[in-house]
Order: sequence, then structure tokens, then C-alpha cells
Amino acid sequence: MTKIDEYRRVAPPGVVDIILKLAEAVQGRRLLNLSGGRFGGGAAEMLRTMVPILADLGVDTSWEITGGDPGFYATTSALRAALEGAERAIPDAALEHYVEMNRVNATKLRLDADLVIVHDVQPITLVDERGPGRWAWRCHFDCSRSQRRAWTFLRPYVDRYDAAVFSLPKFGRRLGVPKYVIHPSIDPLSDKNRDLAPRDVTAALRALGVPQDRPLLVQIGPFTQAEDPLGVVNTYRLVRKYHHVRLVLAGTSESDRESAAILAELREAASHDDSLLVLELPPDAHLQINALQRAATIVLQKSVRESFGLGAAEAMWKGKPVVGGSVGGLTHQIIYDVTGYTVHSVEGAAFRLRHLLNNPELIARMGAAGREHVRRSYLITRQITDYLALLIHLTR
Amino acid sequence: MTPGPANPFTFIGCVELRQTLDYRARDERELLDRIDEVPAGSIFYHSHGYFLRHRPVTTAYGNDFAAWVAGHVRDQMLAERLASVNPFEFSNLESLREELASIIHEHLQHMSSVPRVEFGEVFYFQQSHIVEVPLGPGVTTLAEFRTGLSEVDASAIYFHMVEARARLGRRSGDFAEWIRTSLALPELADRIERIDAYMTSLERVRARVLSLVDAVLEGEPA
Repeated sequence: MTKIDEYRRVAPPGVVDIILKLAEAVQGRRLLNLSGGRFGGGAAEMLRTMVPILADLGVDTSWEITGGDPGFYATTSALRAALEGAERAIPDAALEHYVEMNRVNATKLRLDADLVIVHDVQPITLVDERGPGRWAWRCHFDCSRSQRRAWTFLRPYVDRYDAAVFSLPKFGRRLGVPKYVIHPSIDPLSDKNRDLAPRDVTAALRALGVPQDRPLLVQIGPFTQAEDPLGVVNTYRLVRKYHHVRLVLAGTSESDRESAAILAELREAASHDDSLLVLELPPDAHLQINALQRAATIVLQKSVRESFGLGAAEAMWKGKPVVGGSVGGLTHQIIYDVTGYTVHSVEGAAFRLRHLLNNPELIARMGAAGREHVRRSYLITRQITDYLALLIHLTR
Repeated sequence: MTPGPANPFTFIGCVELRQTLDYRARDERELLDRIDEVPAGSIFYHSHGYFLRHRPVTTAYGNDFAAWVAGHVRDQMLAERLASVNPFEFSNLESLREELASIIHEHLQHMSSVPRVEFGEVFYFQQSHIVEVPLGPGVTTLAEFRTGLSEVDASAIYFHMVEARARLGRRSGDFAEWIRTSLALPELADRIERIDAYMTSLERVRARVLSLVDAVLEGEPA
């Protein structure tokens, strides 16, 4: 039995057989992934799951990373922020150094493959050293609102690829090469998403100090403006006038001053209200997040800015309706009135929470629809299928 | 596929690789203009392709254009009219494109202003590349066909009933054609060919074909 066979019990019927056939079809072709590191979320999280599965399927797959000195990392970090729309002033000398460091990276890497997929910003200029294989740039973030100078620097490199891949059509920009769309996915067998027994959920919540004595509203996410945790508190305050609920805000805090200020404000609010819990979790608290989402009555993802936002898919996979901001990938994951609601305001979020709490049969129905929606559209099996199809399509 | 006794029927599943195009619409006038301009493959993706992506849990509008007009522009009248366009009734994609464009054009003639997206999302035109995936050994009898059909990935239903007819020019669909020419069962083939695949799901189409096949296997009138 291969690793992929373990997914038969969770994936839609027939999908694993399709993957096995696609893997047969790409025998003899080499796939190389290049990224900026092996740790953290985004591209690295996806590759940590997908590369071993592909290797187990017999696909000739490898994953290499680029690196450099502190200046290299500072430049790529600023470039990524500028491509996501933040104001950054990056000196030409820093950009030249970044390109030069990647020339050095190229000398240490084996870049000959039938398809080279370059993930995000850090390795992007390696395309200058490309061989005869096909090259695709996989952009995991929304670059539609890039700072002009950053995009002007990057675009000539992207146009040297054979294709670009975005998570959503709206995340891309005009390019001289074909743009494909592959949604990100969740791994249903990971600690964050695998089934948990009710007693495990109870134990995890007890350890976190979360009582299960009333309906639980949960938002998981960093304590940043983009996730709007203060807006969630205001939403909860509107809801609690009518419903005896508890709100849990769980996430990681960022190191910047803005995030620290938001966390301080949340702690202040929680100090006067024992039904409001603010949990600062370490980055590897996957089982705790899993338990919180499973214990939730309704999950919130009330972001005001969002990339794809897979938290919604994670919650729906656990059979929970999601009330989310009408931004980024949330509008694609949440089917309005079927698996939850996308909202534009604190009042809208409160209205939908009250609507669901007043109609508990809707909670069960939307939860079941959400799980089925995720099974079809947002599991790692679908993403593997898409990548194998990309390999076949670009190397035929 | 060339069906025949020496050429067993092989179920073919498919994977849809999506490509986003540099065409978008923010209002119904732009939707009309872009429908006139985009490659025929994009018309196919947003009409017939809807059938591959649609699941019972999603809201059914029959095609992406109607779904966008209803959900993002909030123009129910045009959404209803676009939703009623059955792509399977058109012999080619240019006729389908013309019908969609005509409906929007007529609708706009009666509007004092052009309905546009206010709080929803822009419509992004896409097209797809279908990667064919042969599934398992071929079948040579109706009983084997029945067993195979009950087990294959739903994308095989799409490939043989929709893709084969609309994009590959096999107007009867692969199931009906093979049953007619290789198994010499023209009545069963005719019934399968007449199945209305519009506004339903791939699983319902599978169930309908299976029930017709079962009726023949059990010697009953289908």
C-alpha cells in the first residue's frame, strides 16, 4: 500500500485511482520544486505534504531550496511585502545583490528537470540559469495589488518562464505567458485536520482552559489587522445580547508593534469578560487548533484582507458553517447560504451568527454541505491531481 | 475511440487544468463584449464545463455567466434568462456564444443603466485543458460495462457524455455510440443518448445510465 492509498477513505471515490494513473503517465519525467525554505506555512507547508506523496507514487520529484546572506533575506522579504501591496523602498544595489546571490545558488543546484516549479519570490531569478526543461512560476500569494516598482523589477523574470500558476484568477497580473489556476488545499490526515475522538477534543480544550458549557464561536488566525480580531470581539458583543455564547480567539502573535497593540487590546477586553478567551498558541499547535475547530458551534474567519485563507476549508472539513469576510479566497471557499456566509461588516457577521444560532438545523445542514464541498475541492488529493496534470500538460 | 468487438470500451476519466485569460467583466456590457471576444474554449469552460465542477451543494445556475449575474451583479432577470440556455442543445460553440450574447444584448436594451458589480467580484474568463486518464482494462460486454460504470470516477461520465459530444464532435456520446455499434443494442443506445444532462449532476447521469442498462440486463423494457 502506498501513502496515497491512505487517502481513499477521505477523498471522493475514484480520485486516488486517477492519481495512480496520472503518476504512471509521468514516469520518466523529472519534477523539481524550488522554494525559499523548508519551514513555515504557504509553499513549504504544501511541499512538505506533497513531495513525499509524489515520491511514494514513483514520480521522480525533488525539492531544493535557495539561501543567502542576511541582505539576501532582507531584500526578498521586502520584495515579497511590496508584491503584496505594502510600501517598501528597495535600493537597486539590494536587488542586484539578490540576483547575484541567486547566481551563486544556481551553481550549487541541479536545475535540469523536465519541469521546474519555482515557488514564490526568493528563487524566482534562477530562471536566468534555466536549461532545456519547462519552467513554471508558482505564486502562492495575491500579487494583483503589487507596488509598481516591485512588479516592474519582477515581471521580466516571470515572462522568462513557460507558465505562471496562481491560486485564484484574481490573484494574478497581466503576463506574457499562460496563467494556470491551482487552488491550495488542506491535508485531511495531518494533525491539524485528522479526525479526533470527542474525548481528545475535550481533553485538548480542558488543557487550553476552554469550558464547553455553551455554544462556542471560534476564530483561528494571527492577531493582525488583516484578520480583524477586534471586529470579531465587536461581533460577539452584538451576539451575546441575544445568545449565551463563548468566543475563543486563538492564534499566533506577530513580532511587530501593531500586532502587539491588537493583542494587548484583546487581553484588556478579555480581562472584563470571562466568556471571551484569547489564546496565544505556538506555531506548531496543530492538534489544539484541530480540537478548537471541532468543538466550535460556528467558525469565524472575519478577515478584512486575506490571501486564500485556508482556515475556512479547515473548519468546513470539520463540519462547521463558516462566517467569513468577503475577501480573498474566502468568497470561493464559502458558498453563500450553503456552507456559511460571507459578510462585509461587524453587523453583518453578527446578524448571520444570530441567524444560525436561532436555526440550529441550519448549522448541521451547512456543516455537512461544507465538508462535502471541501472533499471535492480543497483536499490535497485534488491538488496533487492538478500538479500532475500541469506536469503532463507542460511537458507533452 | 473506435468502438467494435475487437476494440473494447475503455473508460476515460479526465482532469481539468484551468487557465485564466486576460479578459474580465465588471458589468453586463463588458460581459457581452468579452463573450464576443474570448476563445471558444472559454465559452465551453463556462457553460459545459460548469457541469464538471458543479456539485449538488453548489447553487445551480447551469453556467458560470448566469451564476455571476445572479450572485455578484444581483440581476435576477438576466440570470434567469442565461440560466435557461441549455448548452447541450447547440451544435457548436459559436451558436452558443451567439445565443448568450443575444440574450444579454436584448436585456441591456431594456435597461436604463448597465447593471454592474458593486460588492461582488469581477468575472474572470477562463478556459481549460483536459488531460485524459484511461481507467482500467476495456470492457466487452454490457454486464462488464455496467460494473465499470458503477465504479469509475465521475469525471469519466463527464468525458464520455459531455466532452465527447461538445468538444470532440462525437454527437451521440461515447456510451451510446459503443452500445449501438459494438453491442448492437440500438434502443438502449437511443435512450442513453436522450438523457438530459443539463441541470443535473454527474452522479444522477450515472444513475440514469445504470438504470437503463439494468433494465436491459434484467430483460425488462428500459
